[in-house]
Amino acid sequence: MALRDRQGRPLVAVTGMGVVTSLGQGKDDTWAALTAGKSGIHRINRFPTEGLRTTIAGTIDHVDVEPFCAPMLSERLAMLAAEEAVGQSGLAREDFPGALFIAVPPVEMEWPQRQALAEASGQTGDITYKDLLKAAGSGRFKPWHDLFIFGTVADRVADRFGTRGSPISLSTACSSGATAIQLGVEAIRRGEADAALCIGTDGSVNPESLIRFSLLSALSTQNENPEAASKPFSKNRDGFVMGEGGAALVLENAESAKARGATILGYVLGCGEKGDGFHRTRSSPDGMPAITAIRQALDDAGVSPEDIDYINAHGTSTPENDKMEAMSCTAVFGERMAGLPISSNKSMIGHTLTAAGAVEAVMSLLTMATGRIPPTINYQVPDPAIPLDVVPNVARDAKVNYVLSNSFGFGGQNTCLVFGAEPKGA
Amino acid sequence: MRDVVITGIGLVSGAGEGLDAHLAALAAGGAPNTDTTTFEPFPVHPVVALEWDRQIPKKSDQRQMEAWQRLGCYAAGLALDAAGAKDDAALKGRMQLIVSAGGGERDYAVDGQILTGLRQAKDPGVFLNERLMGDLRPTLFLAQLSNLLAGNISIVHGVTGASRTFMGEESSGVDALRIARERIASGQDDIFLVGGAYNAERADVLLIYEMGGFLWKKPYASVWERPAEGGGMILGSGACFLVLESREHAEARGAKPLAVVAGIASDRARRRAGSVEEALHALAKQLGAKPDLVLSGATGIKDITEEEQAALKDIAPGAAVHATGNLVGHTIEAQAATGVALAAGLIAEGKAGEALVTSVGHWRGEGAVRLTKA
Repeated sequence: MALRDRQGRPLVAVTGMGVVTSLGQGKDDTWAALTAGKSGIHRINRFPTEGLRTTIAGTIDHVDVEPFCAPMLSERLAMLAAEEAVGQSGLAREDFPGALFIAVPPVEMEWPQRQALAEASGQTGDITYKDLLKAAGSGRFKPWHDLFIFGTVADRVADRFGTRGSPISLSTACSSGATAIQLGVEAIRRGEADAALCIGTDGSVNPESLIRFSLLSALSTQNENPEAASKPFSKNRDGFVMGEGGAALVLENAESAKARGATILGYVLGCGEKGDGFHRTRSSPDGMPAITAIRQALDDAGVSPEDIDYINAHGTSTPENDKMEAMSCTAVFGERMAGLPISSNKSMIGHTLTAAGAVEAVMSLLTMATGRIPPTINYQVPDPAIPLDVVPNVARDAKVNYVLSNSFGFGGQNTCLVFGAEPKGA
Repeated sequence: MRDVVITGIGLVSGAGEGLDAHLAALAAGGAPNTDTTTFEPFPVHPVVALEWDRQIPKKSDQRQMEAWQRLGCYAAGLALDAAGAKDDAALKGRMQLIVSAGGGERDYAVDGQILTGLRQAKDPGVFLNERLMGDLRPTLFLAQLSNLLAGNISIVHGVTGASRTFMGEESSGVDALRIARERIASGQDDIFLVGGAYNAERADVLLIYEMGGFLWKKPYASVWERPAEGGGMILGSGACFLVLESREHAEARGAKPLAVVAGIASDRARRRAGSVEEALHALAKQLGAKPDLVLSGATGIKDITEEEQAALKDIAPGAAVHATGNLVGHTIEAQAATGVALAAGLIAEGKAGEALVTSVGHWRGEGAVRLTKA
């Protein structure tokens, strides 16, 4: 078998995967729950929810960090996922032979820290940033500089696994996880390294981040039955449910992976991306950017639309995304789309935001490896405008050789990946 | 591998607007304009007043952005103009975009009121929820979101190949340039808009760096002089974007290259005494640098600034050395691009044959860019 693709580039193999979501820690637990149609969405008990329009999320509550804040939890989730992935790959656990590409949520200081500074300032009247700055100068809060700058999660993960070179932290909003994988694929194809550690992580369910999405009317407010709130492609969908997660993939030049006798779990065959200048949060009405991203990913992979056996949807459960995604997929896959299975992991784990593209990449690869397509749960009221086979409510056994995974985000981000059990023509 | 050239520069800072204004300020020397009162005792390099309408025609777009995004969007427009790309919709439709960004920006009044109220609140969690739900502007989220500088550049200027946003302070600026260069050199893509923006006139960023003890709290002094008095950085407001493309692509569309980006190297030394000096030596060696011009991104922070000076004595003996921090302040994510822009401008003017741009992060990350004559 040729270990280069049709364009003569090194084939990129996946040799390790790790994941943690609200459904469980590790890919076995998560996959078992996901294919059983279980939901990880629950009432938020991490902070008071009185006064909020949305009171549910797919938080990860079994992981403790101190101080509890988004960068600490995101770091921990990244570490857990990467330990599993690097462990499975059989590569050295502390001397990883390649670069780190990590999608991290934009971080900033949070309210408990602002409150601590306010208190330390000694100000008894109205608090202003002048008071916080005064307290900051005491030197007592030095570790919070490191904690709340953007490169720290990557730095710590790079330290732990001994990755090479300057680690890249990135954000392409809700397609960040897919972009991390794309950067790794490109580095291997360019021959910069034989391996890349690609991670997406997000542990940012806190009051302010939830309220920000809420104020944009992006979140579901169907709080009564949390497990039923995320209903991608259903007529009564009303927004996404925030989720937390971490996922890691070890990518390797297929040739060097084989040479060292590694087990190949699948291939990242193609990546596609296209910007959209239509609006900050809405997609071009004609769907052209998403359509272009899908077509580019197929072209890059050297596969045709007929080759794709399953689409792992972005499927956020927002009215806008699901309609646009269905339209774009139909434009690319034509009449075949009515019978082509497409399902959304977000129906069960919510929208893991920065991590989503990486989490869903792991699920796409497990779909091929196990021959089992995870369902879209909560599909009770089909949307007549979206006549798709969403693998409703129950997992389905099927032979799946090629998967398309979609990721779309605010700011005109559209990133699509094609995974294969084997390279095309192998 | 293909040659990668710079064909457009968009630069705004306290030193002015546009490359020429910056080269003139650099040639004139003298102390830069700093604001020592607004955030006393912290001086900052304030950006010059800009006529936003010239690059961001719609007021509705201007309102959707916080200052760092507006600065970046403005500089991106200048770069597209300079590269002769502004009016070529098809070219911009396939132009790739990498932005190095932080984010944030707060509603300072709201934060203050909430912190004041929290002290007396019967149920602080519920109070916080109610105030945030009631007082946060819905659009502030997008105006502070890291990848929305790229999003705004796509919307305002129609650069829609695809965008990626790198984060991670100074390192993200070097790595954005590095990845763009590698993608062009390897033939994956033809043309990029790359850069970053920083708003220093913000209490919340001063807060982060003051917690770490990194800020200079006296009137302006050169970055090279600060270490002897304890060291520290002065943040600067500004933005820099560059149009990078393959030499063939530039020639085919009749664009004039200013300089060649001959190589970019970055790493992450585990910081200890001597590590920065070693890292710069290694990066210069990797690049095969023999510069007659250095644009240093030195911060003025103690130890690492002296180590950079020592390294430069070996790497670039006899070279003219300028610190971007002495011209525009420290612009974190935008610092590397700014150094590259100034170096390219000096090379294009015939004032240098080969330049080395350094980026030693205030806390982590070391990078270097080698530029040669076009």
